Amino acid sequence: MLQNKFDSMNHVTHTFPMHPNEDAGLEVRFQERVDAEERIEPNDWMPAAYRKTLTRQISQHAHSEIVGMLPEGNWITRAPSLRRKAALLAKVQDECGHGLYLYAAAETLGASREELVDQMLSGKAKYSSIFNYPTPTWADIGAIGWLVDGAAIMNQIPLCRCSYGPYARAMIRVCKEESFHQRQGYEIMLALSRGTPEQKDMAQDALNRWWWPCLMMFGPPDGASQHSDASTRWKIKRISNDELRQKFVDATVPQANFLGLSLPDPGLKFNSETGHWEYGAIDWNEFKQVLAGHGPCNRDRMAARWKAHEDGAWVREAALAYARRHS
Amino acid sequence: MTGPMIPIWEVFIRSRNGLAHKHVGSLHAADATLALQAARDLYTRRGEGLSIWVVPSQAITASDPADKGMMFEPAASKIYRHPTFYEVPEEVGHM
Repeated sequence: MLQNKFDSMNHVTHTFPMHPNEDAGLEVRFQERVDAEERIEPNDWMPAAYRKTLTRQISQHAHSEIVGMLPEGNWITRAPSLRRKAALLAKVQDECGHGLYLYAAAETLGASREELVDQMLSGKAKYSSIFNYPTPTWADIGAIGWLVDGAAIMNQIPLCRCSYGPYARAMIRVCKEESFHQRQGYEIMLALSRGTPEQKDMAQDALNRWWWPCLMMFGPPDGASQHSDASTRWKIKRISNDELRQKFVDATVPQANFLGLSLPDPGLKFNSETGHWEYGAIDWNEFKQVLAGHGPCNRDRMAARWKAHEDGAWVREAALAYARRHS
Repeated sequence: MTGPMIPIWEVFIRSRNGLAHKHVGSLHAADATLALQAARDLYTRRGEGLSIWVVPSQAITASDPADKGMMFEPAASKIYRHPTFYEVPEEVGHM
């Protein structure tokens, strides 16, 4: 139930019934290639379910990058200095680029760009729930770069070794570019934490609001996720949701300590035997609500996407008309 | 809701003087001028190149992966095409 509505940033996929006519020999050969760490390329034979799973995952990942521009775009004109403004503008432009690399990768599987964009606009395809939270203060831009991009990098690094060549190559490019995103976010948090008491409070408030939604970015706990088996077998998903979440917590807690900020989890404690930070219970009900469309900004995000699409229609038409006349 | 289809272009970039253009990805654009501008924005934000080619995807003819054996196996079996196939005494030195 939960997983069926789940989006790609979490790499939870579904199993599909095999088409009865599908050649079992081809299927075996395909799995052997995957097991041998060969990359699958667009014109290679692949099971229909592999194609379908990847099309959904990659396109929803692309939608997430595009919608991800909205919460931050909100602050471009109000960035506190020219330095911050230039960095934020470059970051948002990168997110757009990442969306486009990913759409291109999804299109190699046979879907058209127009179809994929329509699926997003009609609400049929999801995007990452994290972008349904608001950015009321400048500190949110710091928290997003540090935590949201940090979590996205954790998710994306294993995807650089995904069995599907075009997706893996897009991820390598994305990961290279994202490390600046996280650093610029942390730098914002550092400046605010060392600023006036009001600025430090603002940083703490942003951290309080983003921490739990970021932990949810990794998807449902492993026990509740029945759909990742095929993805694991196909080497699309290489590390489980809970493992990735733990890596993120372990990496982030010391960074929060360095800022002199506290994490909004009274249950957070270091286990010296395992060497890991243990965290409290995640409110999966909130996650389900946001996924179902009841987050603070779901409607705003969809309205902004629709407006951009409709406002751009005349540009697309004019460019095509001009191309036809000059060809 | 689906609008008109905008053609796909393949993008090739020469990263440094003296190197060949290399395929970096694809994009959608109505014509060659727009494709070139989009390629510059999308694939060279960090000084990745000195020169860009854009080619309509439709203009590319690709070999069929199913023909891989027929196409490329004969090359693998002709080991006498490689220098290591030939024995030259060590005293002769590097050749």
